[in-house]
Amino acid sequence: MRPGKMFGEILCSLFKKPATNMYPAEKLDMPKNFRGKIVFDPAKCIGCKLCMKDCPSGAITINKVGEKQFEAVIDLSKCIYCAQCVDSCPKKALEATKEVELAQLDIKKLKVVFGANPKSDAKE
Amino acid sequence: MREEEKFKIPIGPQHPALKEPENFSLALKGEKIMGVEIRLGYNHRGIEKAAEARTYVQDVYLLERVCGICSHAHSTCFVQAVEEIAGAQVPKRALYIRTLIAELERIHSHLLWLGVAGHEIGFDTLLMYTWRDREIVMDILALLTGNRVNYGINTLGGVRRDINKEEIETINNGVDILEERTKYYIEVATQETTIIKRLSGVGILSREDALELDAVGPTARASGVKRDIRHDDPYAAYAEIDFNVITDDHSDVYGRTVVRVKELMEAYKIVRQCLKDMPDGPITVKVPRKIPVGEAISRYEAPRGEDVHFVKSNGTEYPERVKVRAPTLANLRAVKHMLKDRFLADMPIVVAAIDPCFSCTDRLISVENNGSRDKQFLTWEALRNYSIEWHRDKGIDFTELNKNFRKRLGSI
Amino acid sequence: MFESLFYILIFPGVLFVSVFGLAAEVMDRKIYARLQNRVGPPWFQTVADFIKLLGKEDIVPIDANPRMFRIAPLFALTSAVTVFLYIPLWGAQSLFSFNGDIIMVLYLLTVPTLAFFVGGWYSTSLFARIGSVRAVTQLFAYEVPLFMSILASALLANTWSMKEIASFYTQHPYYCFFNIIGFAVALVSLLGKLEKVPFDIPEAETEIVAGIFTEYSGRLLGILRLTIDIEMVVGSALLAAVFFPVGMTLAPVIGFLLFIVKVLIIVAIMALLRTVVARLRIDQMIDFCWKYMVPMAVCQLLMNLVLKGILFR
Repeated sequence: MRPGKMFGEILCSLFKKPATNMYPAEKLDMPKNFRGKIVFDPAKCIGCKLCMKDCPSGAITINKVGEKQFEAVIDLSKCIYCAQCVDSCPKKALEATKEVELAQLDIKKLKVVFGANPKSDAKE
Repeated sequence: MREEEKFKIPIGPQHPALKEPENFSLALKGEKIMGVEIRLGYNHRGIEKAAEARTYVQDVYLLERVCGICSHAHSTCFVQAVEEIAGAQVPKRALYIRTLIAELERIHSHLLWLGVAGHEIGFDTLLMYTWRDREIVMDILALLTGNRVNYGINTLGGVRRDINKEEIETINNGVDILEERTKYYIEVATQETTIIKRLSGVGILSREDALELDAVGPTARASGVKRDIRHDDPYAAYAEIDFNVITDDHSDVYGRTVVRVKELMEAYKIVRQCLKDMPDGPITVKVPRKIPVGEAISRYEAPRGEDVHFVKSNGTEYPERVKVRAPTLANLRAVKHMLKDRFLADMPIVVAAIDPCFSCTDRLISVENNGSRDKQFLTWEALRNYSIEWHRDKGIDFTELNKNFRKRLGSI
Repeated sequence: MFESLFYILIFPGVLFVSVFGLAAEVMDRKIYARLQNRVGPPWFQTVADFIKLLGKEDIVPIDANPRMFRIAPLFALTSAVTVFLYIPLWGAQSLFSFNGDIIMVLYLLTVPTLAFFVGGWYSTSLFARIGSVRAVTQLFAYEVPLFMSILASALLANTWSMKEIASFYTQHPYYCFFNIIGFAVALVSLLGKLEKVPFDIPEAETEIVAGIFTEYSGRLLGILRLTIDIEMVVGSALLAAVFFPVGMTLAPVIGFLLFIVKVLIIVAIMALLRTVVARLRIDQMIDFCWKYMVPMAVCQLLMNLVLKGILFR
């Protein structure tokens, strides 16, 4: 038994840089395969709706907007970021990104619409 | 002793010692605990019922969320049961990856526990250091699976992600650092006077009591019961892996600490073996969406003890019944026994020593009428009507509110 | 008249000691954090907390005795501040000094603990009551070694006045080292007085929420927090004045700065001590005090008696 066993360790820490990351001033990069926000590429979508079927929380909706044209509506407040839709998609139209800072003050902004026209950017 | 000499003190549902809502009603005489009543059910989420309304693919993610810390345990346990019914032959490589993630999860869970134990006995320094080092294994898990806690690595018939050379190197480096640190923590936990003073002789559970009260996991192993599903009924790749089942005969909280820190060392050994012996090959096999009729029980040694899932299928895409028995439920009876005749000051660490996870435990709410002991079980519809009526009596009418709420939901 | 008011309200009275106390707490927390490899709070954290608490609503529990509940924090604050007027800050001279003031200082330092007990007891919460009982139980354990070790130092100087102690040790600066055991005992006892780990039993967060302070909120909680900070400074100042009253003949400004440094060093040592240990149980704490601290304090007393015989024959 030794009282103050951690004494040496804590004194060393006094002269070390703290382990704390000063978020949000400095941000850590997520690993390459991180399952963050899902993005949708309408050019590849064939409208099979397998992603809708497999989504555990019903966060994704695929709407037909024209002949062979589909738009995706992803509700980020429902999404659990499991990326099962990415696995289910036979044409790789969905992709998980590293984006994790998705908090919004306005709940409406959590509904992301990826328009059918690929030229126009995804509006939020 | 007369009844008025005791006084009852509620620990929970909201209390700083408990990280999750649960109620321990302690009858105290001075500082001494004379009796304990445990009340569960504050965190019932209806997961089993929800599982019946989802397909098997969706259920993997749902059941992963039974527990935040041992999420891999629950998803693997469920997946194993479904694969058993479907008769799927999971490729070797997938089994090795599952084992690897399971052990990494055990490392992060045990390091977390060590920190929590430190916090419960007022030793926050230990908490800060262990949690700092735990970040290493969290980063490894995020790298391998794409998330820090809900790994989502399992799928029916295998795993979703493969491991490449660079990742193996990162894991090896991380495990080397962690092993070094764990040796230091073993020294701290077994030598620091104040820790030993607070842990030894507290929450004693003899071998006989452990067997009788069905303790599982490190709680049982610290009482000298050699019970480990990885060894007794090997799943995944454990049959091919050489490891020791750690037991200890201190039978108290100190013993549970020793078992956990030593298990950390075993976990590093297993991780290295997994990486070395991992065979090449596919990582998944196709499992049909419709699972044939059947039922299966699957057992899994979660960091907290034995986890049991029962799945019954009816030939459709949806399971007929899913039943989850989380390890905490098995250990709760032992807690009641361990708290008896101890001091109030020991209560947090004794409860923490089973590494409780109350949210995983809550499967059912039974509503009891005050005064009478008759239990009455209500159906969902009856419970809903009862609640609406009860609030209307109090002057709150939800009909209008509900309508507005629906409207607002629709407009978003 | 105005001079006395200035002494009591501004310097070295309420205002100065409050600011010093809040600053010492920041330093304490900062060192605690750095020892744990963290960053710690920014420099204005305690002041910000205090102002925030002042702006919040006071809630008095229905069952509590409102008068006692409100008066206890004020009582504690007043006695803690009063102590500071009797401690020599520079030039071996405190503001008010008489033969026997050391007894009064020790008495006044006990009052906050008793006031906490009263406040906790009358708030009628179960947790606060357990905390109160623990605080008083603990009081009987650490008070004895603390008193004995401080009196041992006074015994060597052959006086009951802080002023005389200071001038004695200024004449014989090396005699300070005879009191080193007493200083160690007093320092550990002070941890008990300030309810810091390993003796934070009366407010053990994981067992009894916030102990005595469970029901306090708003301004009253702010006052209680301030009292504990002031107690920390005052206790450290007492130890500095009794055990290391060197450098008292220096010029006022330098002497005063030296005094501040001494106090902060003692605060830093306490931060170090509370980082390396776990909280004890109340029975273990009492065992520890009576089995180890009291015999050590008695040793110091006997040693000083013998020394006195040898040195001043």
